[in-house]
Amino acid sequence: MKADTRSTPRLRHDPLVRGLGWASALLGVPQVVDPAGFARALGLADTSRQRLTTAAVGVRELAAAGGLLWRPRPAWLWGRVGGDLMDLAALARALRNHDGRGLGRTVAATAAVTAITATDVYAAVTRTRRSTPMELTATTTVAGRPDEVYDLWTDLERLPDFMAHLDDVRVTGPRTTHWRASAPFGKTVEWDAEVTRDVPGRLITWRSADGADIDNSGEVRLAPAPGDRGTEIQVTLRYDLPGGALGKTAARYFGEEPHQQLDDDLRRFKQIAETGEIVRSEGAPGGKRARGEFPQHPAQPLTEGELKEALT
Amino acid sequence: MKASCWTGRNTVEVLDVPEPSILNSRDAIVRITSTAICGSDLHLLDGYVPTMEKGDVMGHEFMGEVVEVGSGISADKLRVGDRVVVPFPIACGACGACRAELYSCCENTNPNAGLSEKFFGHPTAGIYGYSHLTGGFAGGQAEYARVVLADVNALKIRPDLDDEQVLFLSDILPTGYMGAEMCDIQEGDVVAVWGAGPVGQFAMDSARVLGAEKVIAIDKETYRLDMATAEGYTAVDFENEDVRSALLELTGGRGPDKCIDAVGMEATHGASHVHLYDRAKQAARSETDRPHALRQAILSCRSGGVVSVIGVYGGLIDKFPAGAWMNRSLTLRTGQCHVQKYMEPLLGHIEQGKIDPTRVITHRLPLSEAATGYELFKNKADHCEKVVLTP
Repeated sequence: MKADTRSTPRLRHDPLVRGLGWASALLGVPQVVDPAGFARALGLADTSRQRLTTAAVGVRELAAAGGLLWRPRPAWLWGRVGGDLMDLAALARALRNHDGRGLGRTVAATAAVTAITATDVYAAVTRTRRSTPMELTATTTVAGRPDEVYDLWTDLERLPDFMAHLDDVRVTGPRTTHWRASAPFGKTVEWDAEVTRDVPGRLITWRSADGADIDNSGEVRLAPAPGDRGTEIQVTLRYDLPGGALGKTAARYFGEEPHQQLDDDLRRFKQIAETGEIVRSEGAPGGKRARGEFPQHPAQPLTEGELKEALT
Repeated sequence: MKASCWTGRNTVEVLDVPEPSILNSRDAIVRITSTAICGSDLHLLDGYVPTMEKGDVMGHEFMGEVVEVGSGISADKLRVGDRVVVPFPIACGACGACRAELYSCCENTNPNAGLSEKFFGHPTAGIYGYSHLTGGFAGGQAEYARVVLADVNALKIRPDLDDEQVLFLSDILPTGYMGAEMCDIQEGDVVAVWGAGPVGQFAMDSARVLGAEKVIAIDKETYRLDMATAEGYTAVDFENEDVRSALLELTGGRGPDKCIDAVGMEATHGASHVHLYDRAKQAARSETDRPHALRQAILSCRSGGVVSVIGVYGGLIDKFPAGAWMNRSLTLRTGQCHVQKYMEPLLGHIEQGKIDPTRVITHRLPLSEAATGYELFKNKADHCEKVVLTP
């Protein structure tokens, strides 16, 4: 799993991120310039240790301000959350040992830091985009010559017939296509793709264009199988699975196992190539949706209503 | 329509279910005229095959009259009114396995191939009425059935042959025949067959047709052994005799040249402690199959012989005699029957009178009494050998 740690234009123009950056700067300057005055304003005891702590916190705030305003990354936001927790711990200690003078101001400061902590956690969580790079491969052998298999595969508008998650593929230009697929939890993702290499009967590679909901690329390699056994097909798909490890586990829990899906997709391609259509049973009448049908319909004929649902 | 349905472990009920419809363009619908209960249906009934769902229509041995043909089938292949026998494994006829005539290993006809692959390493063909592991296809113990890819999965039958003469081309006759064929029978060969049920009887008949010198039947049911001796085969009762010694005696100490296991996963053993050991392991699910017949066949077979397995195994076995198998150069051959390969040649044998499949039928019942049929067959009550149901 990788976290997206790049400084992106997205964060540079994010009002919340910039606001937190300026807040850090406004807090940090007085803490560094006049630590004793700042501590007094919060109702804290004026000791040399307290002054040193306040100045150190100020330096930390200025560092966070610099980071968030000039090189914004989610890491700086997480840094602020860590700092907030240190501050809350320090204020809690101060409240426990308080001599009573300016107690109201300390309580107010604690309340303010608590609110800031909540804001920082929100910003850090929402501004961190985690994703898992996935590489899936599957392979099968199909009766027929490589050029025949190539022709069937490059009939792109038929891909949704056998690829379970693909809803629609539209050819938009000589090398470009628009794809729409369903993602876990009822979401739909779309992207434009362009063919990057195309060797008839041998190889097709493609990748998504900028602005895709999920960056992805893939390739299909075809080779004659030995001894007149048809054509070996090798498919590789690469994409960033959104949601990181948590998303992956959740998706798997709901029966979305990406490797298995690609295997099944390819198996259905083979069925279409060799028998003309996807074989349906009473237990799995939905064709390419069969995987999602467990526990299955009993192996008994369907009612009219079930039939309508299965065949649409 | 009425159909015999699995409704839980040890229960089969005749229920009202919808009539089948065309789901794929190469489907056909058949009005069933005869159907049968198979020994392997008992494995489903007893709950030894996973992935059964309540309401699954049972039955993979059936024949009837075509009443509807999908748009993807040309009239020269199949038309309404044709009388057909349907092979139990669903084959596509086009994949690598089918082109090699390994129809029961078809790569395209099991919609649950992903699941089957987990159990078996590679997927196997779809089978009617035989759990969701083999695709979840509705079976043929019903008034009507859908035949999948019907242009390659239905054998047309002349009107002058009776149902009972040809019904068993759907499964048990080809299965028994393949068991004998895998033995590669040579002149002078003695063939021993474990299990004198219907498949075992047909394995014996086939061994004789293929030139076996002597055929030995091994079972414990006297009436089943009597059926074999009536055909001129030699009987060994494993409850009263030690099988290995009896076989040595019958073969001049050599052991049978070829051995056929027509029993499979629910074998019983003459020595009750051995049976109890495997029964306990099976109950605890630490082995799924009781392989007594297979063990005995391997230990009994002469060195360099063939052990041919047509009894059904579903999962894992314990104490497989690998040492005997390896050190004595035995060949183990097996498979769910590739029925499509054998239907036409066997139809020829039936027409010429070389094999009479009707000899195994002991009970004829209406479909509505399917549950009784299962009960009789399972308990080997009333000398039950084979039950034919008519809707």
